[in-house]
Amino acid sequence: MNNRINPFAPLETLTRRRFLAGSGAVLSAGAVALLAGRPALADQHRSQGGDAEADARILNTALGAELEAIAAYGVGAASGLLRKPALNLAVQFQGHHKAHADLLAATIGKLGGSPVEARSQYEFPTEQLKAEADVLRFAAALERGAVSAYLGAVPLFGERELAKAAASILGDEAMHWAVLRYVLGEDPVPAAFVS
Amino acid sequence: MNPWQAAALLVLAASASMAAGPAPGDPARGEALYGRCQACHALAYNRTGPMHCGLFGRRAGGVAGFTYSAAMVESQIIWDSASLDRFLADPTGVVPGTSMGYAGVDNAQERADLIAWLKQATATASECAR
Repeated sequence: MNNRINPFAPLETLTRRRFLAGSGAVLSAGAVALLAGRPALADQHRSQGGDAEADARILNTALGAELEAIAAYGVGAASGLLRKPALNLAVQFQGHHKAHADLLAATIGKLGGSPVEARSQYEFPTEQLKAEADVLRFAAALERGAVSAYLGAVPLFGERELAKAAASILGDEAMHWAVLRYVLGEDPVPAAFVS
Repeated sequence: MNPWQAAALLVLAASASMAAGPAPGDPARGEALYGRCQACHALAYNRTGPMHCGLFGRRAGGVAGFTYSAAMVESQIIWDSASLDRFLADPTGVVPGTSMGYAGVDNAQERADLIAWLKQATATASECAR
């Protein structure tokens, strides 16, 4: 059975300091450039014959997944099943996803789109999460999926800077996946390529 | 057999192999491949993408409570092995405007494996029985 829950309620139990520390992720140079240096991204897109609407659609799908990941890590962090250092990792990774979501939402706006918002409720298979390893495996599955999702999105962007930013996020998600696998006692990098 | 005859036989064998297409899908390999989908999809509940329980025979855009792109709703696709194979190979090419911003699964064998697992899982998984 999957439970419908308010994923943001658990965040309220985290200290503000911890949450802020977790969300203080450093954006890549490319991402910063995307946010700060490309105020007329949509105009540039049009002038280059790109399809800003299609790019915004791809980014919005990614944003929806990032918002769900933020919620999932919130649930994991507040589950009582994670001990340090796994708990610290969950909060740190949640902060990275929040940084990704902020970047994606801002970029969608620059493209003239409307960023999706977090749902009031998400479904997670919480009945399957009985121990720390269960939470970490659940998180690892999300991160593994995110790597594939970004890998599948990168070639579709009309604007190369967006592909670059997506690849930057892909790299971060891959690191999350590897670290989670390591903490679980699995080979952190099981193959030379991701797919 | 001279070298030219041998080469011709090799070409014929390769052509026959290509025409035969992928081997029947392997659900076990498909389950592992499904990991790629798990940023957005789950069997039994809607996420960024719609749930997969009930997929076979369902009209595209047909999961109640899930908000689809207009393009998907209007695609008139009925999901079966053949339509899934076409869509998974090139989602944005088959349904321009789909929210599934994913380049696709190039490898025909991987698509066959994935579809085999989806078929098995959606028919037998306890999650889909509810």
